[in-house]
Amino acid sequence: MSLEAPDTPETDDVPERTPDELEALLGDLVVDRDDHLNAPGFVIRPDTVQETLSRLKSAAGYDHLSLVTAQEYENRYESIYHLKKFDDPTQEVSVVVPADKDRPVSESGEAVFRTADWHEREAYDLIGIEYDDHPDLRRILLPETWQGHPLSMDYDRDRPQIATLPAHANPLEEHHLDAESDTMFLNIGPHHPATHGVLHLKTILDGEQVIDVEPDIGYLHRCEEQMAQSGTYRHQIMPYPDRWDWGGGGLLNEWAYARAAEDLADIEVPEYAQVIRTMGAEMCRIAAHMLALATFALDVNGDFTATFMYAINDRERVQNLLEDLTGQRLMFNYFRLGGVVWDLPEPREEFFSKTRDFLDQLPGSVEEYHDLVTANEIFQMRTIDTGILPPEVAKEYGATGPVVRGSGVDYDLRRDDPYGYYDELDWDVVTEDGCDNYSRLLVRMREVEESAKIIEQCVDLLEDWPEDERTIQANVPRTLRPDDDTEIYRAVEAAKGELGIYIRADGTDKPARFKIRSPCFSNLQTLPEMANGEYIPDVIAALGSLDIVLGEVDR
Amino acid sequence: MSSDQPFITDESRVVTETRDSRMEGQGDRFNSRLREAFGSSPFILTKFDKFLNWCRGSSMFMLQFGIACCSIEMMHTYAVKHDLDRFGSGVPRASPRQADVMIVPGTIVSKFAPRMKRVYDQMPEPKFVVGMGSCTISGGPFQEGYNVIKGAEEVIPIDIHVPGCPPRPEALVYGVVKLQERVANGEAAPVTVKPYELEEFSDLERDELVEKLTDQIDEDELVMRYNFADSP
Repeated sequence: MSLEAPDTPETDDVPERTPDELEALLGDLVVDRDDHLNAPGFVIRPDTVQETLSRLKSAAGYDHLSLVTAQEYENRYESIYHLKKFDDPTQEVSVVVPADKDRPVSESGEAVFRTADWHEREAYDLIGIEYDDHPDLRRILLPETWQGHPLSMDYDRDRPQIATLPAHANPLEEHHLDAESDTMFLNIGPHHPATHGVLHLKTILDGEQVIDVEPDIGYLHRCEEQMAQSGTYRHQIMPYPDRWDWGGGGLLNEWAYARAAEDLADIEVPEYAQVIRTMGAEMCRIAAHMLALATFALDVNGDFTATFMYAINDRERVQNLLEDLTGQRLMFNYFRLGGVVWDLPEPREEFFSKTRDFLDQLPGSVEEYHDLVTANEIFQMRTIDTGILPPEVAKEYGATGPVVRGSGVDYDLRRDDPYGYYDELDWDVVTEDGCDNYSRLLVRMREVEESAKIIEQCVDLLEDWPEDERTIQANVPRTLRPDDDTEIYRAVEAAKGELGIYIRADGTDKPARFKIRSPCFSNLQTLPEMANGEYIPDVIAALGSLDIVLGEVDR
Repeated sequence: MSSDQPFITDESRVVTETRDSRMEGQGDRFNSRLREAFGSSPFILTKFDKFLNWCRGSSMFMLQFGIACCSIEMMHTYAVKHDLDRFGSGVPRASPRQADVMIVPGTIVSKFAPRMKRVYDQMPEPKFVVGMGSCTISGGPFQEGYNVIKGAEEVIPIDIHVPGCPPRPEALVYGVVKLQERVANGEAAPVTVKPYELEEFSDLERDELVEKLTDQIDEDELVMRYNFADSP
């Protein structure tokens, strides 16, 4: 339990290598260079993926595989491994792996980064690249009976999808009723109150102990990437990010798209708009963490309904403020490329005093939550030292956000890869060393307090902002057409962790490839690590402490 | 009062018979004319039905069922401030076997549709469905998605649609109260044969149906057909 002391400049002691040094390190593994706007890109042969990744990981310190993007070109398939460092996420490198058009096979990076498992399964599912050496290459988002790979070029949308009877056989019917075996197969979900939506956990139990749990996702795969790829940059994409993480994360998600697209199209956001964005985003973070607290308390013990009601009450207060600001309760659609859609509501004083009222009562209610929940003996028995996630494992799976900060890893993009107005403000990154369910909750609750600090400073700034300098939007061309073949990957710190967007422009007004790096997707992957060997109620607690939102997991 | 006999015919006879049967023990007391009259009189029956409908409409058990974004607003509807329980319908049940109403709060995709149908089938009759949000009407903002079912009505019958993306809690309260009104006014649960099943194959005979589908399948083991491009 330690707040990161603000005076430890930890980003300075990580040696940064120039692209040429990296190229020298990789030697003849590099076939070509394909630089992205955010990072140098090295093209390698499809059978040297493991060697390249492990050299970058061990020799150059790139220990965070943020995202695997797959896409199809006219003449080839391509997987991109976006690597970062947990110590300094501004040091990035992309490993570009082209694969043959007729027979797209590429070596799997799973042996080097555990997190590549699900990312490559998704790439196989949606694009159709096959990964050699992958431990378990099958569909992840679409039903296993699906025919075709929907984001590949030759996908026929009109072809009917036919599922056969054997494909729909009851999984419990035969092979799990094995009299010889001591284990029991248990389905949790997809409709279950504790799964926070439509998640399916295939659990194998020995008595009350969990031997193996396998999350089965895809029950809410709403084709978000396809939606974004068929919308124009300027206005048509922005409504969708609100619907990735609906737990309150609306503006935080919009910022992810805004940041990537603004850097891609070289748009400068006015300072005033950045302050408004920062304030709105932190309000969203409070709403999201309140929801996490409410549902986690319910998951752990049904008697915590009071906590649920209290937390929802606080959420209502934030939502009222956000509604005043944006005009919407949940799906804000408030950001625009180059700023925000409108200024603070008039009369401004009223909005400021409402916000201040909220901030004034917040410490009291946080205190109340500590009394109700974290100081509660039952709650502590259920959460302390359960769902252990060691920091090395968390990093291996690419976990981010409160999950990794609850394991003591000091990683927050708001500070480490600053955007918006965060680096001008005074606040701290919260970490906890417990690595258990309890620390993850504590991180969230203390982040609420940090967010309140940020909002307060933003309100002060906005109140004194000279009236003739209140520019809310930069001049942005009516139609945006970023240059052909420019690629960018940018991430922000959303409520659940690192939310990144990869965009490839092809010279038109729509993105040619729009890939979402969802924090929940990576975080959920750690569940087996936390749950295997524990009792079944602890699985539910571990799942609740991950605070996943299925819309973001499945996209 | 459409019974053949007047409600009270020969007063002495009726009263005597009842009293006699009481004094004499069982007799045909349990099949007395009075009971017969009560049982066959539509007037009394209608009242009783009305009473039951009123009970049913005033105490609806919801299925605790979250799918997508709308479920956040649904939670707010259940919780403080909006408090759906004021209207006698705010008790979420975790098991479909105990629920009367299912609120469908979100986008249905191909992988989830069969599961949702199964949950619906597990609910006891009479059962009602409130479709929440644009996704359950038409697929909403995700209508073009390769994986998205264009409206929940393709899977289960829906009684009330609440439009919005997402609807505000007030809108959901209005929708649920409308449903309660309809139930209290005697609306029964929909028939088991669903319109979506009839629409596509209309009045084809069973053999014709197989014939019609043979060009789409290899074996004769078809159980489900996802064809979202053609769906209405």
